[in-house]
Formats: sequence, C-alpha cells, structure tokens
Amino acid sequence: MYVVVSLAILVTMVLALVRALRGPTVYDRVLAANMFGTKTAILLAVIAFLFGRPDFLDLALAYALINLVGILAVLEFFQNRSQTAEGSHHD
Amino acid sequence: MIETVLDILSWVLLCLGGGFVLTGGIGALRLPGFYNRLHAASLTDTMATILIFTGIILQAGLSLATFKLVAIMLFLLLTGPTASYALANAALLSGMRPEAERLGENPPEGAG
Repeated sequence: MYVVVSLAILVTMVLALVRALRGPTVYDRVLAANMFGTKTAILLAVIAFLFGRPDFLDLALAYALINLVGILAVLEFFQNRSQTAEGSHHD
Repeated sequence: MIETVLDILSWVLLCLGGGFVLTGGIGALRLPGFYNRLHAASLTDTMATILIFTGIILQAGLSLATFKLVAIMLFLLLTGPTASYALANAALLSGMRPEAERLGENPPEGAG
C-alpha cells in the first residue's frame, strides 16, 4: 500500500514541477515549490516505512524545517520588492 | 482481529491520502487563477498530511517512530497554512486581485 501512496505523491511532484515551469506569475512558481517541499517530507515519511528504515524520518523532519524557512525567506523578498514597485508606479 | 482492523483502517486512510495528494496536484496544475490553484494546493496539503500520517502511525504502533511521525505531522500542519497565508498575502500586496469580483458584476447585466 505504501507503493500506491508514494506513486501518487511522485505523480503530484511531477505535476507541481510542470506548474513551476509553466507558472505565469512568480507566485505560481513559489506555490509549486512549496507544494514540492511539503510532498518531499511526506514522501520521505512514506519511504521510511516502504523500505523499513525509520532513519528516514529524521530526513523528513529536516526537509520540513528547511522548506518553511526557504519559502518564508523567498516570500519576504518578493513582498518587499512588490511593495516598492507598487509605490513607484501607482495606478 | 484487531490487527486486521487496524490494517484495513490504515489502508483506507493511506489510499484516501494518496487520492487527496493527487487531487491537489491536478488542481494546482489545471485550475484557472492563482488563488484557485492556491486553494487546491493548500487545502489538500493539510488534509493529505493528516490522512497519510495517521495511516502510517496506525501501522507503526507505539514506538519512537510514532513520536517522530507525530512531530513531523504537527510541524507540517503548523507550517503549511502559514506558508499559504504568507503566499496569498504577498500576492495580494503585490496588486494581484482575485477574479471573483467580476462574478458579482456580471450576473445582473446578463439577467437585465
């Protein structure tokens, strides 16, 4: 049963990659990257039990921590940039 | 007997979680606007996390792995909505309006 779930997660990661490559705005790309990171943590947790190696859970925890910090840093950067850009040409 | 019930329950939870993950991926790829895609991705993020991790916990039994799984699940449940909120807030502040405003204006014109 773990194989089914991991296959579904892998397909979803491919779909998120397609959205990240096609995304019209930068926020679509950030959304796809966030989805990819969350699915990575879940996939690692599933793989830990698929192969019977509970050590992978530590990797999943580390990936979840890194994902949040990365997404918030990127969003802070783009939010500041967009606010200054909006102030310069206000319609 | 109890083990069989737990197996079936975790099977159902894991398959439901996989379905939710797949639905979120398809929705994030196919829905038209940015906020629609954000809705699909964020909603299924939390739901699939709950279902899949509960299914794995039922399989793991009572051990150190269960504690780690609970920790990862709680962390993902805390950070997923936070990241989605920050993403929507940044998009809104950058001037990207939701497309739902047009729906409020169009029906009276079409009806009248």
